[in-house]
Amino acid sequence: MASLITCPHCGTRPKEEFSIRGAAAPRRPSPAARDEVWHRYVYVRDNPKGRYEEYWHHAAGCRRWLVVDRDNLTHEVFGVTDATDHLTAEAGE
Amino acid sequence: MRYSAYSIFKQAFSGNRLWTPAWREPQPKTHYDVIIIGGGGHGLSTAYYLAKEFGITNVAVLEKGYIGSGNVGRNTTIIRSNYLLEGNNPFYELSLQLWEGLEKDFNYNAMVSQRGIVTLFHSDSQRDDYARRGNGMRMHGVDAELLDREQVRRMMPYLNFDHARFPILGGLYQKRGGTVRHDAVAWGYARGADQRGVDVIQHCEVTGIRRENGVVVGVETTKGFIGCSKLALAAAGNTTTVGRMADLDLPIETHVLQAFVSEGLKPVIDHVITYGAGHFYISQSDKGGLVFGAGLDFYSSYAQRGNLQTVEHTMEEGVTMIPGLSRAKVLRAWAGVMDMSMDGSPIIDRTPIDNLYLNCGWCYGGFKATPASGFCFAHLIARNEPHHVARFMRLDRFERGYMIDEAGKGPQPNLH
Amino acid sequence: MTSYRLDAGGAINRAQALTFTFDGQSFKGLDGDTVASALLANDQMLMARSFKYHRPRGVVTAGSSEPNALLTIGSGLRAEPNARATVTELYDGLVTTSQNRWPSLKTDIGAVNGLLSPFLGAGFYYKTFMWPASFWEKLYEPLIRRAAGLGKLVLQPDPDRYEKCWAHCDLLVIGAGPAGLMAALVAGRSGARVILADESFTLGGSLLSENVAIGETPASEFAKRTIEELASLPNVTLMPRTTVFGWYDDMVFGAVERVQKHVASPSPDLPMERLWRIVAKRAILASGAEERPLVFGGNDKPGVMTAGAVRSYLNRYGVAVGSRLAIFTNGGSGYRTAADLTARGIKVTAIIDARQQAPDLGPDGVRVIRNGAVVATKGRHRLESLIAERAGFQEVIDCDALAMSGGWSPIVHLMCQRGAKPIWSEEKQAFMAPNVGGAFVAAGGAHGADTIYACLRDGAAKAAAMMGELGFSAYQATLPEVEGEYDPSFAPVWYVPGAKDKAFVDFQNDVHVGDLGIAQREGFRHIEHTKRYTTSGMATDQGKLGNVNTAGIVAGMRGVSPAEIGTTTFRPFYTPVSFGALAGAARGEHAAPVRTSPLHGWAKKNGATFVESGLWYRSAWFAKEGEKTWRDSVDREVLNVRANAGLCDVSTLGKIEIFGAGAAEFLNRVYCNGFLKLPVGKARYGLMLREDGIVFDDGTTSRLSEQHYVMTTTTAYAAEVMAHLEFCAQTFWPELDVRFVFVTDEWAQMSLAGPKARIILSRIVEDDISNVAFSFLAVRTVTLRGGLKARLFRISFSGELAYELAVPAGYGEAVADAIMEAGREEAICAYGVEALNVLRIEKGFVTHNELDGRTTADDVGLGKMMAMQKADFIGKRLSTRFGLTAADRLQLVGLKPVEADKEIKAGAHLLKENAKPSLANDQGFVSSACFSPTLGGFIALAMLKSGRERTGEHIVVWDALRGAEVPAEVCQPVFFDPDNTRLHL
Repeated sequence: MASLITCPHCGTRPKEEFSIRGAAAPRRPSPAARDEVWHRYVYVRDNPKGRYEEYWHHAAGCRRWLVVDRDNLTHEVFGVTDATDHLTAEAGE
Repeated sequence: MRYSAYSIFKQAFSGNRLWTPAWREPQPKTHYDVIIIGGGGHGLSTAYYLAKEFGITNVAVLEKGYIGSGNVGRNTTIIRSNYLLEGNNPFYELSLQLWEGLEKDFNYNAMVSQRGIVTLFHSDSQRDDYARRGNGMRMHGVDAELLDREQVRRMMPYLNFDHARFPILGGLYQKRGGTVRHDAVAWGYARGADQRGVDVIQHCEVTGIRRENGVVVGVETTKGFIGCSKLALAAAGNTTTVGRMADLDLPIETHVLQAFVSEGLKPVIDHVITYGAGHFYISQSDKGGLVFGAGLDFYSSYAQRGNLQTVEHTMEEGVTMIPGLSRAKVLRAWAGVMDMSMDGSPIIDRTPIDNLYLNCGWCYGGFKATPASGFCFAHLIARNEPHHVARFMRLDRFERGYMIDEAGKGPQPNLH
Repeated sequence: MTSYRLDAGGAINRAQALTFTFDGQSFKGLDGDTVASALLANDQMLMARSFKYHRPRGVVTAGSSEPNALLTIGSGLRAEPNARATVTELYDGLVTTSQNRWPSLKTDIGAVNGLLSPFLGAGFYYKTFMWPASFWEKLYEPLIRRAAGLGKLVLQPDPDRYEKCWAHCDLLVIGAGPAGLMAALVAGRSGARVILADESFTLGGSLLSENVAIGETPASEFAKRTIEELASLPNVTLMPRTTVFGWYDDMVFGAVERVQKHVASPSPDLPMERLWRIVAKRAILASGAEERPLVFGGNDKPGVMTAGAVRSYLNRYGVAVGSRLAIFTNGGSGYRTAADLTARGIKVTAIIDARQQAPDLGPDGVRVIRNGAVVATKGRHRLESLIAERAGFQEVIDCDALAMSGGWSPIVHLMCQRGAKPIWSEEKQAFMAPNVGGAFVAAGGAHGADTIYACLRDGAAKAAAMMGELGFSAYQATLPEVEGEYDPSFAPVWYVPGAKDKAFVDFQNDVHVGDLGIAQREGFRHIEHTKRYTTSGMATDQGKLGNVNTAGIVAGMRGVSPAEIGTTTFRPFYTPVSFGALAGAARGEHAAPVRTSPLHGWAKKNGATFVESGLWYRSAWFAKEGEKTWRDSVDREVLNVRANAGLCDVSTLGKIEIFGAGAAEFLNRVYCNGFLKLPVGKARYGLMLREDGIVFDDGTTSRLSEQHYVMTTTTAYAAEVMAHLEFCAQTFWPELDVRFVFVTDEWAQMSLAGPKARIILSRIVEDDISNVAFSFLAVRTVTLRGGLKARLFRISFSGELAYELAVPAGYGEAVADAIMEAGREEAICAYGVEALNVLRIEKGFVTHNELDGRTTADDVGLGKMMAMQKADFIGKRLSTRFGLTAADRLQLVGLKPVEADKEIKAGAHLLKENAKPSLANDQGFVSSACFSPTLGGFIALAMLKSGRERTGEHIVVWDALRGAEVPAEVCQPVFFDPDNTRLHL
């Protein structure tokens, strides 16, 4: 992972083309959600050791936000999906 | 054994055969007043100050590996107190003052070397930022000087003044900043704590935190259950993993930062220098190695190793700042796993669980903080109230809206 | 002569003599020599001094693990410190000097440290130099620093250039010895894309040094033929002089190719070194094995070296390292060395074998002392004799060199760089490569194969297996017979006790067995502690030679197996890599890309001085003749804009086109103020927050048509805003139909400001731009005289009647020229970002000086922009937290010095009158400051605690850093035309 990322749109590309935002798990709450929920969304992180979903931006490529499903201990990558598709799939589950 | 020139002299005549262990290798007792999880710089200094300043000696430090195996032994050894914000500046200044008296205090030469740190600026607006920071330091009585280009050139003629992409306009100088021999900090605190009765227990991994009626009563470890009245976490890099054992919600993301050392070279760089048009910082150790680093690898990682892109980028910034580095050779790269907090500043606080105390979120600034972190954490544990200079470093500051955002980057940990 | 060149033999070109100097003395070497082999051929055994005790040292190895023979190669700006003589390729005219000695290599004052060594044991410096405290920095540390380091770095710009490349292959083979060559051959013949990289300048590895016959030809001949065959295959890339230094995630390997390090006059058309990132589907580590030194008293004497090194110098370079050699061994390597030496007529005075019984026989006439040990060495600058001990009896053995062999350790460094630890093998008495999965495997010596035949076989088999996995039909290699191999077995001997002199484990750092003992006694028992406390393994060879011995000796001291001790962590770099190679071309002026505006040429010809702004160069001011300082120019520009008109390049502002049916709703959610009702043909100032309620960026967004907007951002945050918009659209609200195009570079944009702006503009615009037809904040596509379509925005960052005109980038300069021409009678001037800054401070407009990532909209007086009635916008929910709305927050105010000519500088802090400076009394800071020519005095914007209610208060602007304290009055942040009448002219 640290070296190459297989973008679902552009194929395998070097890390240099991407920028990384952070955890992909937090979901932006509804505007009506409680303060506590908003606080958790912005500030609290599960931060697991191991398998982890992370937002990467193919900034020097297709400009899509991607969800990289990876292991943050071994740096193995299990899959890369377009962030929008990822949300759609999640909603469908 | 007290260390001195005399002790070395005496030992030499007995063939150096009579040196005694720097610390004991105790078996855990069944119960301690305080258990500290994490035998790194912060955990050991906490134990040391608990014993020395607060008279609490029935203390165990539990370390899953060997002491000093975490970030205290894998950093770039820089100490400084040139912080901008009120939430940070007095804390780091206390730390610097403790560094200044440390060797006498714990009878161990950690080679605190106040060689001065210069943070370069490359634009007018950066100069204004540093002026703001320097004036804030001066307001707190901390030494700070604003150097112009010629002053910097006189101190460091080897910097890139003639062909820079981002011209060096000057620097913020803190004379009292410098470096410390990092491993010796862990060893000195461990030895000092041990001498005062603290049990430093290596190869003892905490696997669970036992609670009864919502109160922590002890920890499960690879050496069995150990009871305690108060439990203190100082396990930076693994804070979330340990915190989860007590169901703590934490504003932490774990990231990796690389650092590097060159081959041994005759002294060429006398100061600590920080590049203002990037993240690069460098100093030269007493052994001759150039010790340097730059930015994060940017993805979450618990692996103590880094990626090549960051290596290349670090060297690019290095050669850009000091062209003469080009023919120096890099010997070794390593990486530290760190708690990146959501505002780039640490947390020293109580937790929602009454006798559970938290010290975390040091981002990549933990080494310089080691003495004050231990001192303030010990104060908190002993007195149950924050030390004055750590009073902003609260866990609930995010909910209350009192972030300590030194970089002004907001809640994205890898930007701090 | 004790070491000398033989008359025949070796992979050297005897027809090509090369001249070089060492410490000023001229020597002759041959093409194919390393600096070390050439020095030895000239009987120069003494090459260096050790780090701590300055002991005289010669080579221990003939390879990249060399700890002793570190020299400075080259001179002047090309001097490279700490180059290993054993791998540095000789060239004609090479200049080399020894290091870490004074006044000379032979007579080194630093050697006095050796006498003090009882006081300088492991960790001595942690225990002393503490009293008095001030002496550390003043006395002790300077002394220690003076002694520090080995070579001298010339801290001057490097005259050479460097470059970086990517390479891709099916199979990367690291090491071109027997295993590597066979692996490459099998893969190459199978049709795979192969890269074969080797750190040496001649491929062949141990085949160049070993005296065996392969398929009835000498090993070196076999290597040569195989390499020729590989070179003939178009799918195989041979990379000599290329060190693979790191193994990174996803099978990316870092390698450095020394393109011209061996060239007397480097070509400016080629890089000195080249960094390769090699992406490999599979990789084979064929890095061979390292021969372990034996640890006995005085084992660092020049002339003591590994048996393999002796054979390398003999067989590869045709150099006898001595005329009378002794051999100290625990296995067959010593016997092989004796055989090779005697075959070439070099006397072997004794083979001292640590084993009681051994299968090996010495050459005829060579005495073998079994169950023996070397306990001392004699000689000052090189070995003159040694003392061997057997069954309690000592005898002097005459010799001028000693070949030692302590067994073999597979070189597993690269495989262990990603966390896997090597595994101790009792059978092999060595740490073996761990299993790191099928994509990267060790073969040959690196895998524990200990004969050349086994290496050939293992290399072929590993490659064949990988070919199958990659879908190639594996080429079936016929393995040649190997004749004349020796029995590779050995019995471990970690340490010969009882010596008077130090027995070194880490030669360069002078760590000896006694130091390891101190570390154990003092509790530094974990191998990482032992390493850090004694510095064993921390020298430039990173423990390649000594670490396994350290583990074995510590295990012995503790009575456990080396398996329990383990190794320290392997990390990049396999061997040291230059900053230059890793930095490549990104240095100096090329450290970062340069962005110039489409109006750069216009600005230049109008006399602009440019200033760096992020990656951009922006026009800062336009000096006219007679103006002495930048202030003269800026004052004139400001006054002229206020009085007449000025033209400023604002092309660097971020520009993002936004399209789609959901664009209005989208903007309404990303800005804190309302955007739903923005009519077509209008621009609106927008404020964007982060989700934590802090201001992120600001700018204007204009609605060009129902579903088409153009947004401007600040110059600094353009990329961040674009990424933010994409993130919001793709992850928060994918249901909104909205698309973005980043068009910052597509448009030249210029601001025409001043009371005469309209008159000037009307001369080049066809459309009606009267105040009625084109009022404040109007936006329209207009036609310029001549037919060019342009976008016209009536927006102002100066407080004047102003327009921003955007034209396709290529037309920018022509349009700017036309405007300057059209405005000549109105005295139009070009103005730069400095004047722009003064104009905006006079109007109290904020920039990122104020919006520093910690300020809320309310802090800068824009709280009323937040449309809290909107159901949702980024930053809405967290903006209401107590800390972000507290009454004592810093708020934007204006400051005027009580005496108008007293300068206020940005970065100063604020104090109440008569208050002592302290953090508790800190009232805030000056965020922006300038001289206002309009008002005739200095003015500033500041962030002041509860500032808005303190208008009229006198305050002290405290700038200790620059030695100033200026009394000032707090005022409204708008200094000029507070009613904005001029905007609407």
